[in-house]
Amino acid sequence: MAALLNREEVEEIALLARLALTDDEIERLRGDLAAILAYMDTLQDVDTTGVAPMTHAVPMHLRLRADEVDASLPAEQVVTSAPAYVDTYFEVPKIIDTATGE
Amino acid sequence: MPAPIQLSAVEQARQIKARRLSARALTEAHLARIEAIDARIGAFLRVDAAGALARADAIDAAIARGEDPGPLAGVPIALKDILVTQGLETTAGSRILAGWVPPYDGTAVARLRAAGAIVLGKLNLDEFAMGSSNENSAFGPCRNPWDLTRVPGGSSGGSAAAVVSFQCAAALGTDTGGSIRQPAAFCGIVGVKPTYGRVSRYGVIAFASSLDQVGPMARTVEDAALLLEIIAGRDPHDATSIDAPVPAYRDAVTSQASVRGLTIGLPDEYFAGGADPEVLAAVEEAVRVYQRLGAEIVRVSLPHTAHALPTYYLLAPAEASSNLARYDGVRYGQRQAQPGTSLLDMYRETRGAGFGTEVKRRIMLGTFALRSGYYDAYYAKAQKVRALIHRDFERAFERVDLLLSPTTPTAAFALGEKTQNPLDMYRGDIFTLGCNLAGLPGMNVPCGFTGAGLPVGMQLLARPLDEVTMLRAAAAYEREAGTLDERGVPVRQPPGLPAPAEVSL
Amino acid sequence: MTASAWEPVIGLEVHVQLGTASKAFSGSSTRFGAEPNSLTDPTVLGLPGSLPVFNRQALEHALLLGLATRCRIRRESRFARKHYFYPDLPKGYQISQYDEPLCEGGAIELSVGGAQHSVRLTRIHLEEDAGKSIHQPGATSLLDLNRAGVPLCEVVSEPDIRSAEEAAEYMRALHQLVRYLGISDGDMEKGQLRCDANVSVRPRGQSALGTRTELKNINSFRFVQKAIEHEIARQIRVLESGGRIVQETRLWDADAGLSRSMRSKEEAEDYRYFPDPDLPVLVVDDELFEAMRQRLPELPMARYRRYVDAWGLAADDARVLTGERSLSDFFDAAVAAYGDAAGAKPLANWIQSELLRELNRDVRAVDACPIAPAQLAALVRLVDQGAVSGKIAKQVFGEMYRTGAAPEAIIEREGLTQISDEAALEGIARSVIEANPGQAAGYRSGKTKLIGFFVGQVMKQTGGQANPQLVNQVLERLLAG
Repeated sequence: MAALLNREEVEEIALLARLALTDDEIERLRGDLAAILAYMDTLQDVDTTGVAPMTHAVPMHLRLRADEVDASLPAEQVVTSAPAYVDTYFEVPKIIDTATGE
Repeated sequence: MPAPIQLSAVEQARQIKARRLSARALTEAHLARIEAIDARIGAFLRVDAAGALARADAIDAAIARGEDPGPLAGVPIALKDILVTQGLETTAGSRILAGWVPPYDGTAVARLRAAGAIVLGKLNLDEFAMGSSNENSAFGPCRNPWDLTRVPGGSSGGSAAAVVSFQCAAALGTDTGGSIRQPAAFCGIVGVKPTYGRVSRYGVIAFASSLDQVGPMARTVEDAALLLEIIAGRDPHDATSIDAPVPAYRDAVTSQASVRGLTIGLPDEYFAGGADPEVLAAVEEAVRVYQRLGAEIVRVSLPHTAHALPTYYLLAPAEASSNLARYDGVRYGQRQAQPGTSLLDMYRETRGAGFGTEVKRRIMLGTFALRSGYYDAYYAKAQKVRALIHRDFERAFERVDLLLSPTTPTAAFALGEKTQNPLDMYRGDIFTLGCNLAGLPGMNVPCGFTGAGLPVGMQLLARPLDEVTMLRAAAAYEREAGTLDERGVPVRQPPGLPAPAEVSL
Repeated sequence: MTASAWEPVIGLEVHVQLGTASKAFSGSSTRFGAEPNSLTDPTVLGLPGSLPVFNRQALEHALLLGLATRCRIRRESRFARKHYFYPDLPKGYQISQYDEPLCEGGAIELSVGGAQHSVRLTRIHLEEDAGKSIHQPGATSLLDLNRAGVPLCEVVSEPDIRSAEEAAEYMRALHQLVRYLGISDGDMEKGQLRCDANVSVRPRGQSALGTRTELKNINSFRFVQKAIEHEIARQIRVLESGGRIVQETRLWDADAGLSRSMRSKEEAEDYRYFPDPDLPVLVVDDELFEAMRQRLPELPMARYRRYVDAWGLAADDARVLTGERSLSDFFDAAVAAYGDAAGAKPLANWIQSELLRELNRDVRAVDACPIAPAQLAALVRLVDQGAVSGKIAKQVFGEMYRTGAAPEAIIEREGLTQISDEAALEGIARSVIEANPGQAAGYRSGKTKLIGFFVGQVMKQTGGQANPQLVNQVLERLLAG
C-alpha cells in the first residue's frame, strides 16, 4: 500500500485536482494523507469475498423523465453571474491545444 | 410567560393562525434577537431582513383575507448555507462561492416556503459540509451558546446554535456523516437525518452524493416531525429520491406516542468504551426511562462498526473530489485570474485560493482513492465494506425496532482543541457514520447534561423509511423526561445569553 | 516496401447526437443554432445543488441502435462519471458509461465494391455532450454551453476496418442507419455524427498490431477517407524511413490537407471513473425491450436484398431506393398499392427518373411529396392498360406533382385519354396519307424511315394522344395496301 507518499505523488494529485499548493501545504498534506491512508489500510483486513459493492443506500432503479422541453434560464442572466463574459458567451483564458506540424 | 421566540414552531404557527400574534411581530422579534446576540455566537452568515419582513407582511395579509397559507405560516426559520436559495447569496461556507446568488430554490426550501415559513437567513457551517466543529467555515467560526469557548459541532453548527439560542424557530441542516445529529447533540436540540432518499437533494450543494441528506433541526420532536412531513417526498428533480408515501409524522408524534412493546437494541460496539463516562451515564439513564415506559431493551452487535470510519473517510472524500470539480471560476463564483494567467493556472489558483484546508485535504484524498491503479484497493473496497455494514444493521433490525446509542463520544469540545489533528476530529463521528453508510434514518434526542452544563444527546436509529417509530420513541422520551414545559419551551436554556425580550401576544 | 505490403488497421469511434427534444439529463431544449447560452438550466450549467434526471427518449433511441446492430443489450447498466477539467465541461466530469455500457458486441453491415462486409462493434454507450469552445485571436476563448447535456451514443468499432474507403463506407452505413431508425439526422456538418479514427499499419501477414494514432476533427464524409488515407501514408512513410510511430492524438486540418500532432499540457489523462451516485441503475425491462423490438423498421440491407432478389431490381436501383427510409417506404407503399411485384420495376423507374428529379429541384423531402404512393401506382396501372401513352403519362405526372390530384381526374379533365380506337385512328391515318402523297410515294418506293413522318403527323393531329404502337400498325397496313 502507498502509506508512504513522496512529494512528487502529492504534486501529481494536486495537478489532477487542479489545486495550486504552497510548499508548506504540500508538506502538510503529504503527512496528513499518509496518516489517513495508513489508517484506511485497516480495510484490507476485512474479508469482502463475494460481496457486491453497495452503490446506493436504498435499492432503486433509475426513474426516467419524459422528453419534454422545460424553460431555460435567460442567457443574459446566466452569463452575468460569471466572473467574465462577452455578449452571451462565457470568457476564459485562451484554450490552447497546441498542434505542431507533421 | 415565555417570549414568542421561545415557543416551539408548532406553537408559533398556532398563535399566528389564531391571530394572537402577527407574522410581522414574530419576525421582528427574531430579527431583534439575532441583532442582540449573534455577534457573540456567529450562527448567521447573512440575514435577509427585508425579504423576511416582506414575506411576513404577505402572510399577515393572506390570513386577514381568510386564507390558510400553510402549516408553518409566519414561522421564521433559517437554512444552513449549503441549501440553495433563489435570490439570496449561498456560499456553502466557502470563499470560492462568495457572492454567488442562485437563480433557483432547492426543493426542500421551496416546500418550506410553500408551507408559509419565513426564511430569516443563511446559517454558518463547515465549508462544503466538511467538518465536525464549524471551525472550517471561511467566514469565521460559530460558538456553542452553552459555552462560547466551545464548538457547536458541525457541519450544521450554525443551524444548531441558532435554534437553541432562539434566533429561529427551527432550521434545516444536512447530514452526511453526522452533521445534523452531532451539532444537535452538542447544542441540546432535536436533529433528524431522514432515510437516504426520503428528502430531495435538489438544491443541496453536494458533498457526498450517496450519503447527503437534508433534515430538520428544532427544539421539540413535534417541530422536527412537522418540518420533515413538509419537506419529505418524491421529487422529479432528484433521481435518488424515494417514491413512497409520506406518513403524517406530526400525527404519529402527538397521538399518545408510546414505546410499550417496542424492542430497543443497544449495539455493543457503541457502548464498548468509546464514550466519556458522563455521556454514557446520561444515555444509560435514558435507557432506564425507556424501560420504565415499557420498551424491551436487548443487546445487539454491529460487528463492522470499527470499519465505518475508514470506509466513510474513503467514500465521502472520493465523491466530494468529484462533486467539487465544478468549482473552477468559469461560470459562477470567484475566479483568480491576473491578466496573462494561463487557463491551467486559472483553475489551479482559483481552487487553491478558494478552498480551505480541510476541503483541499479531502479533495486530495478523494482524488487519490479514485485513481486508476488505486480504485480497486480503496474506493471499490470501501463500497464492499459498506455493504457489510449495511448487512450488520439489517440483521440487527430483524430483532429490534430501534437502535439506541450515544450520539457523540464526548460533549462539545473547545475551539481549537482538535483542529491540528484531522484523524482526531474524524473519530468524533464514530457513532453517527454507520447510519449514513447504511442509508438509515437517525436522530439526536437531548437526554441530559454533563457536570459542566454541556448538553448530551442520545441517538435513535430506525429501519429504512421507518421515521415514524423513531419519532414516536423520541416524543415518548421527551414527555417522560420533562425536557419541555407545557408550551413546548425547553426547560433548561443556555445560561450565558440575555433573556429574550418579552413581547405581548 | 510498396504500399500494398502494408496493411492498415482502423477502428472508428463515432459519436451520434440523439435527436431528442430536450437534453439527456434536464429539460432544456436541444435546438440547433440558438443564441449562445440560452439553452441552459441549473443541471446543464453544473450549478451547485443541481442533479441529473435521465431522458427516456434517449434510452429508447440508444436501444433501437443496439437492437438494429444486433448488440447484446445489458438489462442493468450504469452511468459513470468521467473526470477531466476543460471549460466546455461544466461539472468537471462527463456523465458517461464505463464498465457496464448499455450495448456490447453487434456489428455494422456494409458493402464495399460489391462485397459484403461486417465490421464488429465493441460497444455502444450513452453519454452527454459537452459545450462548445470558440477559439479566437487574442488572449481569451469563448464558451457556449447550448450543446452541453445533449444526449449522445458513442459507437465503438473493433479495429476490423482495412482501408480508408471502407472507413468512409462505414460512416455512410452508420449515417443511413441512424436516419432509418429516426434517432438522429446524422448531419456531420452540424456535428450530429462525429468521427474519431484509430489508425495503425502493420506488415501484411503480421498479426500483431502496430502503434496506433488517434485522428480527430474529421467533420465531413469526404474527409473521413481523405484524412485516413493521409494518415496511413504518413505512417508508412515514417516506418519505411526507419522511424517509429508515436502514440498520439492528431488533429485533421482540412484546409491544409494534413494532420497535426496535438501536444496537450497534461500527461495521459486519468479519468477516475466511478459509478455516478446521482443515477441509480438503468434497467431495461421486458416491456421496454419488446416495445423497442417492435419499433425496429426493416433495415436497409434487408430491403436491398428484397428489392434485388424478390423484385429483380438492378443493384444500383436498389441502392438508390434504399438510401433513405422515407423513399424506401414510399416505394414499398406504391408497389403494395399496385398490387403486384411486377409493378416494382416500372415504379422504380418512375421514382428515380421523374419523382426524384422533381423533389431534388424543389429541395423537398420525400415526406413532403405532393404525390401519394397509391397515386403513382395508379398512374403506372393506367399506362399498363393503355389508357395513356408513356409520353402523355409524363405530362399527367407533372400535373399530379403540381396539384396533388389523382391521375384519373387529370386525364379526364384534360381529355388526355389515349386514343386506341383503331377505326378512329384509321380515319386520321388515311387523311394524313392523302395529304402527303409525296412522302407516301417515297415510303412505298423503299424509304421506310418515312413512317416516322407519318406517325408524327398522326400524333400531331391527335394532340399526342394516339396510341403510338397502334398508329404505327395502322399506317404500315395502309401504306402497304
